[in-house]
Amino acid sequence: MIAQRLLAGIDGGPAWSAHLERFGPLPDAADLADLAERASLRGRGGAAFAVAAKLRSVAGRGGAPVVVGNGVEGEPASGKDKVLLRYTPHLVLDGAVAAARYLGARTAVVAVARSARSEQAVLARAVAERRGDGVALELATVPDGFVSGEETALLQALGGGPARPTTKPPYPFERGLRGAPTLVQNVETLAHLALVVRNGPAWFRSVGTAEAPGTALVTLSGAVGQTGVYEIPFGTTVGELARDAGGFTTSVSAVLVGGYFGAWRAPVDVDSLELTPEVLGAGAIVALPRDTCGLAECARVVRYLAGESAGQCGPCLHGLPAIAGAFERLAAGDDRAEQQLARWSAQVAGRGACRHPDGVVRFVGSALDVFADDVAHHRRRRCTRRTRALLPVPAARR
Amino acid sequence: MKRLTTISVDPIACDGHGFCTELFPERISEDDWGYPIIDPAPIPPGLEAHARRAVARCPKQALRLRVVAPVRER
Repeated sequence: MIAQRLLAGIDGGPAWSAHLERFGPLPDAADLADLAERASLRGRGGAAFAVAAKLRSVAGRGGAPVVVGNGVEGEPASGKDKVLLRYTPHLVLDGAVAAARYLGARTAVVAVARSARSEQAVLARAVAERRGDGVALELATVPDGFVSGEETALLQALGGGPARPTTKPPYPFERGLRGAPTLVQNVETLAHLALVVRNGPAWFRSVGTAEAPGTALVTLSGAVGQTGVYEIPFGTTVGELARDAGGFTTSVSAVLVGGYFGAWRAPVDVDSLELTPEVLGAGAIVALPRDTCGLAECARVVRYLAGESAGQCGPCLHGLPAIAGAFERLAAGDDRAEQQLARWSAQVAGRGACRHPDGVVRFVGSALDVFADDVAHHRRRRCTRRTRALLPVPAARR
Repeated sequence: MKRLTTISVDPIACDGHGFCTELFPERISEDDWGYPIIDPAPIPPGLEAHARRAVARCPKQALRLRVVAPVRER
Protein backbone atom coordinates (compact mmCIF):
# COMPACT_ATOMS: atom_id res chain seq x y z
CA MET A 1 0.00 0.00 0.00
CA ILE A 2 2.54 2.54 -1.09
CA ALA A 3 1.14 5.99 -1.89
CA GLN A 4 2.67 8.68 -4.07
CA ARG A 5 1.61 12.12 -3.02
CA LEU A 6 4.33 13.96 -1.15
CA LEU A 7 6.91 11.73 -2.77
CA ALA A 8 5.39 11.96 -6.25
CA GLY A 9 7.86 14.63 -7.28
CA ILE A 10 11.12 13.23 -6.01
CA ASP A 11 12.24 11.78 -9.34
CA GLY A 12 12.18 15.26 -10.88
CA GLY A 13 14.66 16.60 -8.32
CA PRO A 14 14.35 19.58 -5.99
CA ALA A 15 14.37 22.38 -8.61
CA TRP A 16 11.57 24.99 -8.74
CA SER A 17 10.97 24.27 -12.44
CA ALA A 18 10.52 20.55 -11.80
CA HIS A 19 8.20 21.32 -8.90
CA LEU A 20 6.02 23.61 -11.03
CA GLU A 21 5.93 21.04 -13.80
CA ARG A 22 4.84 18.29 -11.41
CA PHE A 23 2.45 20.17 -9.10
CA GLY A 24 1.67 23.46 -10.83
CA PRO A 25 1.69 26.86 -9.12
CA LEU A 26 0.33 27.30 -5.59
CA PRO A 27 -3.23 28.63 -5.85
CA ASP A 28 -4.64 31.08 -3.35
CA ALA A 29 -6.81 29.37 -0.75
CA ALA A 30 -10.03 31.10 0.26
CA ASP A 31 -9.91 29.75 3.82
CA LEU A 32 -7.00 27.48 4.66
CA ALA A 33 -8.32 26.52 8.10
CA ASP A 34 -11.61 25.45 6.53
CA LEU A 35 -9.76 23.31 3.98
CA ALA A 36 -7.62 21.75 6.72
CA GLU A 37 -10.71 21.03 8.77
CA ARG A 38 -12.58 19.40 5.91
CA ALA A 39 -9.46 17.35 5.15
CA SER A 40 -9.14 16.38 8.86
CA LEU A 41 -5.45 17.18 8.46
CA ARG A 42 -3.44 16.53 11.59
CA GLY A 43 0.13 17.45 12.48
CA ARG A 44 2.91 15.03 11.56
CA GLY A 45 5.48 15.99 14.17
CA GLY A 46 4.25 13.39 16.64
CA ALA A 47 1.39 14.99 18.58
CA ALA A 48 -1.18 14.64 15.74
CA PHE A 49 -2.82 17.95 16.66
CA ALA A 50 -5.60 19.21 14.38
CA VAL A 51 -4.09 21.67 11.89
CA ALA A 52 -7.32 23.69 11.52
CA ALA A 53 -7.47 24.33 15.27
CA LYS A 54 -3.84 25.44 15.34
CA LEU A 55 -4.33 27.76 12.36
CA ARG A 56 -7.40 29.34 13.95
CA SER A 57 -5.76 29.77 17.35
CA VAL A 58 -3.02 31.87 15.73
CA ALA A 59 -5.43 33.71 13.44
CA GLY A 60 -7.56 34.66 16.43
CA ARG A 61 -4.69 36.51 18.13
CA GLY A 62 -4.40 39.37 15.68
CA GLY A 63 -1.07 41.20 15.58
CA ALA A 64 1.70 40.21 13.19
CA PRO A 65 1.98 36.42 13.32
CA VAL A 66 4.91 34.28 12.20
CA VAL A 67 4.99 30.83 10.60
CA VAL A 68 7.66 28.33 11.60
CA GLY A 69 8.23 25.11 9.66
CA ASN A 70 9.72 22.54 11.98
CA GLY A 71 12.22 20.31 10.18
CA VAL A 72 14.46 19.69 13.16
CA GLU A 73 13.64 15.94 13.39
CA GLY A 74 15.62 15.16 16.53
CA GLU A 75 14.30 11.59 16.64
CA PRO A 76 17.32 9.43 15.71
CA ALA A 77 15.24 6.67 14.10
CA SER A 78 13.43 9.14 11.83
CA GLY A 79 14.62 10.47 8.49
CA LYS A 80 11.35 11.37 6.75
CA ASP A 81 11.54 15.15 7.24
CA LYS A 82 15.09 15.24 5.91
CA VAL A 83 14.06 13.19 2.88
CA LEU A 84 11.17 15.55 2.22
CA LEU A 85 13.41 18.63 2.54
CA ARG A 86 16.13 17.18 0.33
CA TYR A 87 13.93 15.92 -2.49
CA THR A 88 10.85 18.12 -2.52
CA PRO A 89 11.64 21.32 -0.60
CA HIS A 90 9.21 23.46 -2.60
CA LEU A 91 6.23 21.47 -1.37
CA VAL A 92 7.24 22.37 2.21
CA LEU A 93 7.84 26.00 1.27
CA ASP A 94 4.47 26.14 -0.54
CA GLY A 95 2.78 25.00 2.67
CA ALA A 96 4.62 27.62 4.69
CA VAL A 97 3.60 30.30 2.17
CA ALA A 98 -0.04 29.15 2.19
CA ALA A 99 -0.13 29.29 5.99
CA ALA A 100 1.56 32.71 6.02
CA ARG A 101 -0.93 34.09 3.49
CA TYR A 102 -3.86 32.78 5.51
CA LEU A 103 -2.53 34.32 8.73
CA GLY A 104 -1.29 37.54 7.17
CA ALA A 105 2.24 36.66 8.30
CA ARG A 106 5.02 38.48 6.50
CA THR A 107 7.67 35.94 7.46
CA ALA A 108 7.91 32.17 7.41
CA VAL A 109 10.95 30.46 8.92
CA VAL A 110 11.98 26.90 8.11
CA ALA A 111 14.20 25.43 10.80
CA VAL A 112 16.47 22.40 10.55
CA ALA A 113 19.16 20.90 12.77
CA ARG A 114 22.69 22.24 12.51
CA SER A 115 23.98 18.86 11.33
CA ALA A 116 21.49 18.73 8.41
CA ARG A 117 23.95 20.30 5.96
CA SER A 118 22.60 18.96 2.68
CA GLU A 119 19.03 19.91 3.66
CA GLN A 120 20.25 23.45 4.41
CA ALA A 121 21.93 23.67 1.02
CA VAL A 122 18.86 22.41 -0.85
CA LEU A 123 16.57 24.75 1.07
CA ALA A 124 18.81 27.75 0.46
CA ARG A 125 18.74 27.11 -3.30
CA ALA A 126 15.00 26.51 -3.17
CA VAL A 127 14.28 29.79 -1.35
CA ALA A 128 16.50 31.70 -3.77
CA GLU A 129 14.76 30.42 -6.91
CA ARG A 130 11.14 31.00 -5.83
CA ARG A 131 9.17 33.99 -7.14
CA GLY A 132 5.92 35.69 -6.31
CA ASP A 133 5.31 34.34 -2.80
CA GLY A 134 4.69 37.72 -1.16
CA VAL A 135 6.15 36.15 1.99
CA ALA A 136 9.73 36.43 3.24
CA LEU A 137 11.11 32.89 3.57
CA GLU A 138 13.96 32.45 6.04
CA LEU A 139 16.12 29.46 6.87
CA ALA A 140 17.37 28.84 10.36
CA THR A 141 19.39 26.18 12.11
CA VAL A 142 19.17 25.07 15.71
CA PRO A 143 21.51 22.84 17.73
CA ASP A 144 21.05 19.11 17.29
CA GLY A 145 19.27 17.34 20.10
CA PHE A 146 16.26 15.20 20.82
CA VAL A 147 14.30 18.04 22.43
CA SER A 148 15.41 20.77 19.98
CA GLY A 149 12.33 20.09 17.87
CA GLU A 150 9.89 20.51 20.78
CA GLU A 151 8.08 23.62 19.68
CA THR A 152 8.89 25.91 22.61
CA ALA A 153 12.54 24.74 22.57
CA LEU A 154 12.67 25.44 18.86
CA LEU A 155 11.20 28.92 19.30
CA GLN A 156 13.56 29.75 22.15
CA ALA A 157 16.53 28.64 20.02
CA LEU A 158 15.31 30.66 17.02
CA GLY A 159 15.05 33.68 19.30
CA GLY A 160 18.73 33.36 20.18
CA GLY A 161 18.33 31.40 23.42
CA PRO A 162 19.09 27.82 24.34
CA ALA A 163 17.19 25.01 22.58
CA ARG A 164 15.26 24.14 25.72
CA PRO A 165 11.50 24.02 26.31
CA THR A 166 9.81 26.90 28.07
CA THR A 167 6.91 26.94 30.49
CA LYS A 168 3.43 26.85 28.94
CA PRO A 169 1.41 29.04 29.03
CA PRO A 170 2.20 31.16 27.14
CA TYR A 171 1.69 28.81 24.19
CA PRO A 172 3.36 29.60 20.85
CA PHE A 173 0.04 30.81 19.42
CA GLU A 174 -0.04 33.37 22.24
CA ARG A 175 3.62 34.41 22.43
CA GLY A 176 6.04 32.62 20.13
CA LEU A 177 8.95 33.78 18.02
CA ARG A 178 10.09 37.24 19.18
CA GLY A 179 6.84 37.50 21.13
CA ALA A 180 4.59 37.19 18.06
CA PRO A 181 1.69 34.75 17.76
CA THR A 182 3.38 31.82 16.06
CA LEU A 183 2.20 28.84 14.03
CA VAL A 184 4.62 25.94 14.38
CA GLN A 185 4.01 23.07 11.98
CA ASN A 186 6.10 20.07 11.14
CA VAL A 187 7.48 20.29 7.58
CA GLU A 188 5.55 17.20 6.44
CA THR A 189 2.35 18.85 7.66
CA LEU A 190 3.18 21.91 5.55
CA ALA A 191 3.75 19.73 2.50
CA HIS A 192 0.33 18.12 2.98
CA LEU A 193 -1.20 21.60 3.28
CA ALA A 194 0.37 22.52 -0.07
CA LEU A 195 -1.39 19.58 -1.71
CA VAL A 196 -4.73 20.22 0.05
CA VAL A 197 -4.67 23.79 -1.30
CA ARG A 198 -4.11 22.47 -4.83
CA ASN A 199 -6.36 19.42 -4.85
CA GLY A 200 -8.98 20.07 -2.18
CA PRO A 201 -10.16 18.15 0.88
CA ALA A 202 -12.16 15.53 -1.07
CA TRP A 203 -9.03 14.51 -2.95
CA PHE A 204 -7.09 14.41 0.33
CA ARG A 205 -9.72 12.14 1.90
CA SER A 206 -9.79 9.74 -1.06
CA VAL A 207 -7.10 7.58 0.57
CA GLY A 208 -6.60 6.59 4.19
CA THR A 209 -9.49 5.99 6.57
CA ALA A 210 -12.56 8.09 7.40
CA GLU A 211 -11.12 9.04 10.81
CA ALA A 212 -7.56 9.42 9.56
CA PRO A 213 -7.60 10.39 5.89
CA GLY A 214 -4.57 11.01 3.73
CA THR A 215 -1.05 9.68 3.68
CA ALA A 216 1.91 9.79 6.02
CA LEU A 217 5.65 9.43 5.70
CA VAL A 218 7.19 6.56 7.63
CA THR A 219 10.85 5.86 8.31
CA LEU A 220 11.26 2.09 8.34
CA SER A 221 14.45 0.44 9.59
CA GLY A 222 15.71 -2.76 11.16
CA ALA A 223 15.03 -6.26 9.89
CA VAL A 224 13.20 -5.43 6.65
CA GLY A 225 14.27 -6.02 3.07
CA GLN A 226 14.43 -2.38 2.05
CA THR A 227 14.85 0.17 4.83
CA GLY A 228 14.02 3.81 4.13
CA VAL A 229 11.22 6.36 3.95
CA TYR A 230 7.82 5.21 2.68
CA GLU A 231 4.61 7.09 2.04
CA ILE A 232 1.56 5.10 3.12
CA PRO A 233 -2.17 5.79 3.44
CA PHE A 234 -3.28 5.94 7.08
CA GLY A 235 -4.86 2.64 8.04
CA THR A 236 -2.12 0.62 6.35
CA THR A 237 -1.06 -2.17 8.70
CA VAL A 238 2.50 -2.71 9.82
CA GLY A 239 2.33 -6.11 8.09
CA GLU A 240 1.37 -4.53 4.76
CA LEU A 241 4.13 -1.95 5.08
CA ALA A 242 6.69 -4.64 5.90
CA ARG A 243 5.59 -6.70 2.88
CA ASP A 244 5.92 -3.64 0.62
CA ALA A 245 9.41 -3.21 2.02
CA GLY A 246 10.42 -6.70 0.97
CA GLY A 247 9.21 -8.43 4.11
CA PHE A 248 11.01 -9.09 7.36
CA THR A 249 14.46 -10.43 6.62
CA THR A 250 14.46 -12.70 9.64
CA SER A 251 12.19 -13.65 12.51
CA VAL A 252 11.27 -10.49 14.42
CA SER A 253 10.89 -10.38 18.22
CA ALA A 254 9.30 -6.92 18.48
CA VAL A 255 8.56 -3.81 16.45
CA LEU A 256 8.99 -0.27 17.76
CA VAL A 257 6.19 1.85 16.31
CA GLY A 258 6.28 5.62 16.68
CA GLY A 259 9.96 6.10 17.41
CA TYR A 260 11.49 6.58 20.84
CA PHE A 261 8.30 8.18 22.16
CA GLY A 262 6.27 5.38 20.65
CA ALA A 263 5.69 1.86 21.88
CA TRP A 264 7.06 -1.63 21.36
CA ARG A 265 4.64 -4.12 19.86
CA ALA A 266 4.74 -7.90 19.94
CA PRO A 267 5.02 -9.73 16.59
CA VAL A 268 1.53 -11.26 16.99
CA ASP A 269 0.06 -7.76 17.15
CA VAL A 270 1.99 -5.95 14.44
CA ASP A 271 0.73 -7.73 11.37
CA SER A 272 -2.77 -6.31 11.81
CA LEU A 273 -1.78 -3.09 13.63
CA GLU A 274 -3.22 -0.15 11.68
CA LEU A 275 -1.02 2.91 11.39
CA THR A 276 -3.11 5.85 12.62
CA PRO A 277 -1.80 9.30 13.55
CA GLU A 278 -1.70 8.30 17.23
CA VAL A 279 0.07 4.99 16.63
CA LEU A 280 2.53 6.40 14.13
CA GLY A 281 3.65 9.38 16.23
CA ALA A 282 6.67 10.95 14.57
CA GLY A 283 6.64 8.18 11.97
CA ALA A 284 9.59 5.93 12.82
CA ILE A 285 9.23 2.13 12.80
CA VAL A 286 12.04 -0.29 13.73
CA ALA A 287 11.80 -4.07 13.38
CA LEU A 288 13.96 -5.86 15.92
CA PRO A 289 15.43 -9.17 14.70
CA ARG A 290 14.94 -12.06 17.12
CA ASP A 291 18.66 -12.68 17.50
CA THR A 292 19.17 -9.21 18.99
CA CYS A 293 18.67 -8.53 22.70
CA GLY A 294 15.77 -6.10 23.12
CA LEU A 295 16.68 -5.25 26.69
CA ALA A 296 20.23 -4.26 25.75
CA GLU A 297 18.86 -2.15 22.87
CA CYS A 298 16.36 -0.42 25.15
CA ALA A 299 18.93 0.19 27.89
CA ARG A 300 21.08 2.09 25.38
CA VAL A 301 18.15 4.15 24.13
CA VAL A 302 16.88 5.00 27.63
CA ARG A 303 20.38 6.11 28.67
CA TYR A 304 20.56 8.28 25.54
CA LEU A 305 17.13 9.82 26.19
CA ALA A 306 18.10 10.54 29.81
CA GLY A 307 21.12 12.42 28.50
CA GLU A 308 18.87 14.39 26.15
CA SER A 309 16.86 15.90 29.01
CA ALA A 310 17.08 19.67 28.84
CA GLY A 311 17.93 19.46 32.53
CA GLN A 312 15.49 22.11 33.61
CA CYS A 313 12.84 20.16 35.51
CA GLY A 314 13.91 18.20 38.60
CA PRO A 315 11.88 15.04 37.94
CA CYS A 316 13.34 14.76 34.41
CA LEU A 317 16.88 15.80 35.35
CA HIS A 318 17.10 13.30 38.22
CA GLY A 319 14.40 10.78 37.33
CA LEU A 320 15.51 9.86 33.82
CA PRO A 321 19.08 8.95 34.81
CA ALA A 322 17.60 6.91 37.69
CA ILE A 323 15.32 5.13 35.21
CA ALA A 324 18.24 4.58 32.81
CA GLY A 325 20.27 3.05 35.63
CA ALA A 326 17.39 0.81 36.65
CA PHE A 327 16.95 -0.33 33.05
CA GLU A 328 20.64 -1.19 32.82
CA ARG A 329 20.33 -3.21 36.04
CA LEU A 330 17.23 -4.89 34.60
CA ALA A 331 19.29 -5.94 31.58
CA ALA A 332 21.98 -7.18 33.97
CA GLY A 333 19.44 -9.41 35.73
CA ASP A 334 18.84 -7.39 38.92
CA ASP A 335 15.64 -8.57 40.68
CA ARG A 336 14.70 -5.17 42.09
CA ALA A 337 15.05 -3.19 38.87
CA GLU A 338 11.53 -3.75 37.60
CA GLN A 339 9.98 -2.41 40.80
CA GLN A 340 12.26 0.64 40.66
CA LEU A 341 11.27 1.27 37.05
CA ALA A 342 7.59 1.16 38.01
CA ARG A 343 8.10 3.53 40.95
CA TRP A 344 10.19 6.09 39.09
CA SER A 345 8.10 5.93 35.94
CA ALA A 346 5.04 6.84 38.00
CA GLN A 347 7.01 9.66 39.65
CA VAL A 348 8.26 11.39 36.50
CA ALA A 349 5.21 11.01 34.24
CA GLY A 350 3.47 14.32 33.57
CA ARG A 351 5.94 16.31 35.67
CA GLY A 352 8.05 18.09 33.07
CA ALA A 353 7.47 21.36 31.26
CA CYS A 354 7.48 19.26 28.08
CA ARG A 355 6.55 15.65 27.34
CA HIS A 356 10.11 14.29 27.33
CA PRO A 357 9.74 12.33 30.59
CA ASP A 358 6.34 11.02 29.47
CA GLY A 359 7.84 9.71 26.24
CA VAL A 360 10.56 7.86 28.12
CA VAL A 361 7.98 6.35 30.48
CA ARG A 362 5.93 5.12 27.54
CA PHE A 363 8.98 3.57 25.87
CA VAL A 364 10.03 1.84 29.11
CA GLY A 365 6.51 0.62 29.92
CA SER A 366 5.98 -0.95 26.52
CA ALA A 367 9.46 -2.53 26.65
CA LEU A 368 8.61 -4.19 29.99
CA ASP A 369 5.40 -5.60 28.46
CA VAL A 370 6.84 -6.82 25.19
CA PHE A 371 10.18 -8.06 26.55
CA ALA A 372 8.71 -9.69 29.70
CA ASP A 373 10.15 -13.10 28.75
CA ASP A 374 13.56 -11.54 28.20
CA VAL A 375 13.40 -9.95 31.64
CA ALA A 376 12.86 -13.42 33.14
CA HIS A 377 15.69 -14.87 31.07
CA HIS A 378 18.04 -12.11 32.15
CA ARG A 379 17.19 -12.78 35.80
CA ARG A 380 18.29 -16.37 35.29
CA ARG A 381 21.28 -15.15 33.24
CA ARG A 382 19.99 -17.05 30.23
CA CYS A 383 19.86 -14.48 27.45
CA THR A 384 21.31 -16.00 24.30
CA ARG A 385 20.66 -13.04 22.04
CA ARG A 386 23.32 -10.82 20.59
CA THR A 387 24.11 -7.34 21.75
CA ARG A 388 24.50 -4.99 18.87
CA ALA A 389 23.66 -1.33 18.42
CA LEU A 390 20.66 -1.65 16.13
CA LEU A 391 18.57 1.26 17.41
CA PRO A 392 20.37 4.44 16.39
CA VAL A 393 21.76 6.62 19.15
CA PRO A 394 23.82 9.68 18.18
CA ALA A 395 27.24 10.10 19.68
CA ALA A 396 27.33 12.31 22.77
CA ARG A 397 27.54 16.00 21.96
CA ARG A 398 29.88 18.42 23.62
CA MET B 1 -20.88 31.24 44.70
CA LYS B 2 -18.17 28.84 45.79
CA ARG B 3 -14.68 29.08 44.36
CA LEU B 4 -12.77 26.10 43.02
CA THR B 5 -9.03 26.57 43.58
CA THR B 6 -6.11 24.36 42.53
CA ILE B 7 -2.37 24.62 43.03
CA SER B 8 0.28 23.92 40.41
CA VAL B 9 4.04 24.18 40.06
CA ASP B 10 6.20 25.52 37.25
CA PRO B 11 8.64 22.59 36.99
CA ILE B 12 11.32 24.72 35.31
CA ALA B 13 11.28 27.32 38.08
CA CYS B 14 11.12 24.75 40.90
CA ASP B 15 14.48 23.87 42.47
CA GLY B 16 13.12 21.41 45.00
CA HIS B 17 13.71 23.49 48.12
CA GLY B 18 10.91 21.54 49.77
CA PHE B 19 9.16 24.26 51.79
CA CYS B 20 5.85 23.56 50.07
CA THR B 21 5.74 19.90 51.06
CA GLU B 22 6.12 20.95 54.70
CA LEU B 23 3.65 23.79 54.51
CA PHE B 24 0.93 22.05 52.53
CA PRO B 25 1.28 18.29 53.09
CA GLU B 26 -2.44 17.80 52.40
CA ARG B 27 -1.83 18.32 48.67
CA ILE B 28 1.95 18.24 48.12
CA SER B 29 4.24 15.27 48.60
CA GLU B 30 7.87 14.75 47.65
CA ASP B 31 9.34 12.49 44.98
CA ASP B 32 12.53 10.48 45.49
CA TRP B 33 14.64 13.50 44.52
CA GLY B 34 12.91 16.05 46.72
CA TYR B 35 10.68 17.71 44.12
CA PRO B 36 7.02 18.37 44.83
CA ILE B 37 4.33 16.02 43.55
CA ILE B 38 1.14 18.03 43.50
CA ASP B 39 -2.34 16.63 43.88
CA PRO B 40 -4.35 18.46 41.21
CA ALA B 41 -7.65 18.00 43.08
CA PRO B 42 -9.51 21.20 44.04
CA ILE B 43 -8.54 22.65 47.38
CA PRO B 44 -11.34 22.82 49.96
CA PRO B 45 -11.86 26.32 51.46
CA GLY B 46 -10.58 25.11 54.83
CA LEU B 47 -7.16 24.36 53.32
CA GLU B 48 -6.76 27.50 51.25
CA ALA B 49 -4.76 29.22 53.96
CA HIS B 50 -2.19 26.39 53.85
CA ALA B 51 -2.04 26.65 50.08
CA ARG B 52 -1.49 30.41 50.18
CA ARG B 53 1.26 30.05 52.75
CA ALA B 54 3.05 27.47 50.57
CA VAL B 55 2.79 29.74 47.53
CA ALA B 56 4.09 32.74 49.45
CA ARG B 57 7.07 30.92 50.98
CA CYS B 58 8.39 29.27 47.80
CA PRO B 59 11.90 30.71 47.31
CA LYS B 60 11.60 30.34 43.54
CA GLN B 61 8.01 31.60 43.34
CA ALA B 62 7.27 28.46 41.37
CA LEU B 63 3.80 27.77 42.80
CA ARG B 64 0.56 29.20 41.47
CA LEU B 65 -2.93 29.14 42.86
CA ARG B 66 -5.57 29.09 40.18
CA VAL B 67 -9.24 29.70 40.53
CA VAL B 68 -10.53 27.10 38.13
CA ALA B 69 -14.19 28.01 38.15
CA PRO B 70 -16.65 29.71 40.40
CA VAL B 71 -19.17 27.03 41.24
CA ARG B 72 -22.75 28.12 41.81
CA GLU B 73 -24.20 26.45 44.86
CA ARG B 74 -27.60 24.96 44.39
